[in-house]
Amino acid sequence: MSNAELVKLSAAQMAEKIRSKEVSSRELTQAHLDVIEAAEPTVNAFLHVSGKEALAQADAFDKKLAAGDTEGLPELAGVPIAIKDMIVTKGIPTTAASKILEGWVPPYDATVIEKIKAAGMPILGKTNLDEFAQGSSTEHSAFGNTHNPWDATRVPGGSGGGSASAVGSYEAPLALGTDTGGSIRQPGAFTGTVGVKPTYGGVSRYGAIAMASSLDQIGPCARTVLDTALLHEVIGGNDRRDSTSIPAPVPPVAAAAREGLKRDLKGVRVGLIKEIGGEGFEAGVAARFNEAVKLLESMGAEVKEVSLPHLPYSLSAYYIIMPSEVSSNLARYDGMRYGLRVMPPAGVPQTSANMMAYTREAGFGDEVKRRIILGTYALSAGYYDAWYGSAQKVRTLVIDDFNKAFEQVDVLVSPTAPSTAFHFGEKTSDPLSMYLGDVATIPANMAGVPAMSIPCGLSDNGMPVGFQFFAPQRHDEAMYKPAAALEAALEEQWGGNILTKMATPWLNA
Amino acid sequence: MAEKLMKFSEAVKRFDPVIGLETHVELCTNTKLFCPAHIEFGGEPNTQLTPVSLGLPGSLPVINETAVDFAIKLGLALHCEIAEWSQFARKNYFYPDMPRDYQISQYDKPTNGNGYLDVELDDGSIFRVPIERAHIEDDAGKNTHVGGADGRIEGADHSLVDYNRAGVPLIEIVTKPIEGAGERAAEIAGAYMRTLRDIVRALGISHARMEQGNMRADVNVSLRNKPTDPLGTRSETKNVNSFRGIEKTIVYEIRRQAALLTDGGEVLQETRHWDEATQTTAGGRVKTDADDYRYFPDPDLVMLHITKEHIERIAKDMPEMPRERRNRLQKEWKFSDLEMRDVINADALDLIEDTVKAGASASGAKKWWLGELSREANAQGVSLEELPITPADVAEVEKLIASGKLNDKLAKKTVSGVLAGEGTPDEVVKKHGYEVVQDTGALEAAVDQALADNPDIVEKLKSGNMKPMGAIIGAVMRATKGQADAKAVSGLVMKKLH
Repeated sequence: MSNAELVKLSAAQMAEKIRSKEVSSRELTQAHLDVIEAAEPTVNAFLHVSGKEALAQADAFDKKLAAGDTEGLPELAGVPIAIKDMIVTKGIPTTAASKILEGWVPPYDATVIEKIKAAGMPILGKTNLDEFAQGSSTEHSAFGNTHNPWDATRVPGGSGGGSASAVGSYEAPLALGTDTGGSIRQPGAFTGTVGVKPTYGGVSRYGAIAMASSLDQIGPCARTVLDTALLHEVIGGNDRRDSTSIPAPVPPVAAAAREGLKRDLKGVRVGLIKEIGGEGFEAGVAARFNEAVKLLESMGAEVKEVSLPHLPYSLSAYYIIMPSEVSSNLARYDGMRYGLRVMPPAGVPQTSANMMAYTREAGFGDEVKRRIILGTYALSAGYYDAWYGSAQKVRTLVIDDFNKAFEQVDVLVSPTAPSTAFHFGEKTSDPLSMYLGDVATIPANMAGVPAMSIPCGLSDNGMPVGFQFFAPQRHDEAMYKPAAALEAALEEQWGGNILTKMATPWLNA
Repeated sequence: MAEKLMKFSEAVKRFDPVIGLETHVELCTNTKLFCPAHIEFGGEPNTQLTPVSLGLPGSLPVINETAVDFAIKLGLALHCEIAEWSQFARKNYFYPDMPRDYQISQYDKPTNGNGYLDVELDDGSIFRVPIERAHIEDDAGKNTHVGGADGRIEGADHSLVDYNRAGVPLIEIVTKPIEGAGERAAEIAGAYMRTLRDIVRALGISHARMEQGNMRADVNVSLRNKPTDPLGTRSETKNVNSFRGIEKTIVYEIRRQAALLTDGGEVLQETRHWDEATQTTAGGRVKTDADDYRYFPDPDLVMLHITKEHIERIAKDMPEMPRERRNRLQKEWKFSDLEMRDVINADALDLIEDTVKAGASASGAKKWWLGELSREANAQGVSLEELPITPADVAEVEKLIASGKLNDKLAKKTVSGVLAGEGTPDEVVKKHGYEVVQDTGALEAAVDQALADNPDIVEKLKSGNMKPMGAIIGAVMRATKGQADAKAVSGLVMKKLH
């Protein structure tokens, strides 16, 4: 099997080849490092490639496998993975795509990284993102744009554009992302890949650099529903180091995905969210979405429209709560302990307060500053009740809406984003239009419910469209089954994974 | 410039003082409030750290359950309502000693609210201090300013930060405005602080050593014309770390504000500092709108749920409270009320108890701590606890006296030696050869000589007038360079005369 064929396999298939010793973890890891080298000039998905470490991890795993010492390891053992640079990795630089953290080498591993390492999964490197995960196009990275592998003139989405592009361009079979308002799902939609935001608290946040703590969630990125499920099971579960972590085992998501592959959705109640769609949604997006809904019905699903009346307010409330938490979470980047330090120029008193001010002025980009200012304002005395207080009330109403909706249906569905991937610069001068692109993904973060995006076809411009499933809190498995079923049905129509429709000149090199 | 002060007696005649105390008590848990970093006083700078206590990106706080139990204990001792649900909030402000640039504290949902503490005043009466809340929060690190005079930030060349203390658990006990204190405001504050100190020690939740900063208070003082008026503008004197300092701060602030208000001036709402050197408070930062801490519930921490059953479990294990303990010890030691009050006022209860535990008699222990050692502490301007002598040392001296190895005079010399850092009492005795002359031959010779030198005294003693015995003993002492046992000398004299 050629390297180009090898890297196009799903992670589950790669894992099988490793177990059957057709391919070693080192060969697989090296194959991906080769793709990274060939594809990076086009996609620029990585901020740091940790090839040496990855190969050492692969060797360590291969040795274990040879010794028959892999008892209890997860199915994905030995398969390499890319990590969004929002997650701390011991000994590997972690920047959150910000100048303020440039050069910082964490002295500890995030809980998910410990789990990845324990699973024998080599870490290929750290992927690009909007600075501190703030953005929807990865254009706010301090270290350059990541390009959409489908069309290098378009954005890969954001904030996790790096992870999505790495997976979409076959640089990595799997990646980790973080999702605060759609940062896993929207890039998934834009790149024709699968992205999952688990239930809030389902995956430990310990070691995920905080953007908005009550919304942040680490989740899997991959090219198939089953692959995300398998990765979900590796990273999920209770962690005493995160007090918002759910004290329960990971839901049986891989079993649900395999069940879905049977394409039998009899008895599955699917709710179309009345409040998402219509005006502002690209025609191609609406068309692919509706066709996919028909497919669900054809497999036996019972589809009906469900209203979540407060959903339209969740975007506004999100843009109060998120920046408020951002303003506090990003206070620690003050030049005192790690990362960038800029001393005040001559003539300005050389005080710690001035040092902090000059450091933050030089270290943060515009979008981050915009949110810090918004959040600082929203939390100010006299404004707190009107802004933060009201937003929290809206949040409670949105949660109630979801609870009521899930009394009627098992899963909710919507397009993942109103549009397909846009061109660079199209929205950078208009933050509000950028924010509106998150209208369909934000409600899941506000309510803490799990949601995922899978590709459902190409829009008129030839770019992938995302189809979103929502499930009740702590029942992530509920969405994996219909998602896997829909994926199987679509792939039958397409004659394979949607990415087979994408040109991959870097694989022919 | 010295500020104008009104005579205290006049100030409290003209105005009604209202005080308030915000006391920070450092808990003596093994690990920090939100991470497993070990806590130890005086460790090498920046060695007691985890990613959490250093606020590294990605790190998350997790509450220390022992600290919560300590808070519940204190809540029970202060008769507080213990909230079933309490919450941590972020208090946002930038400061180099704060690893996250926000403090995690309890804001509108503290664990303990609405209690009181009864304190005993000098005349034996009880004053009830109302408690607003006792909430849990974490401490900041410590800045050291280098290159300037006396370690202050003014004129310093640079500053060093030690984050060992960052994350150490604190409980802040906030009183409601203490009204009706009048001229006894300072006394009430002192009694309240001492009682609180005794309680947290009895509970075993803090070492409560003010000189180590385990316990420190912000002192609020305001004046109004009469008790029915609304509260006046208050000054807040920060981080006063001695009982005396707190009492003096209150007296000073009452005098200062009274003079200011009488002259038609206005009290600024400001933070001040007590200056031990000048015995005054100095104005600091005027509080403005800039002090907006932007409190909001910390999304990294779930609400604290404290069940009735849990509170009941803790209530069952509550130790003896200080007042009960005092009554018990008074009985055991057979002290009069007056003696006991002297002990309390001298802050010597723990020291005497430890000395007795180490083998001394209660009266012997009291004699040392309230006598010689109190004088020494006063002279040095330190507390009894801070003297470089331990209850075990004092007990050892007492034992040497009881066994006849030391007389009073030598015992005092021995104690001076211990205070001077010469070692334990045994070591001091050995070093200087402070032993009572036990050799009866030498003693007899000295007695014989003294009797021969004073025939008139001998006559008086023979006729039953014992008064001049002292003169003989004195002569013997001189002859033996003080190393005679007075009792033994008088015994010998009596034997020789009859």
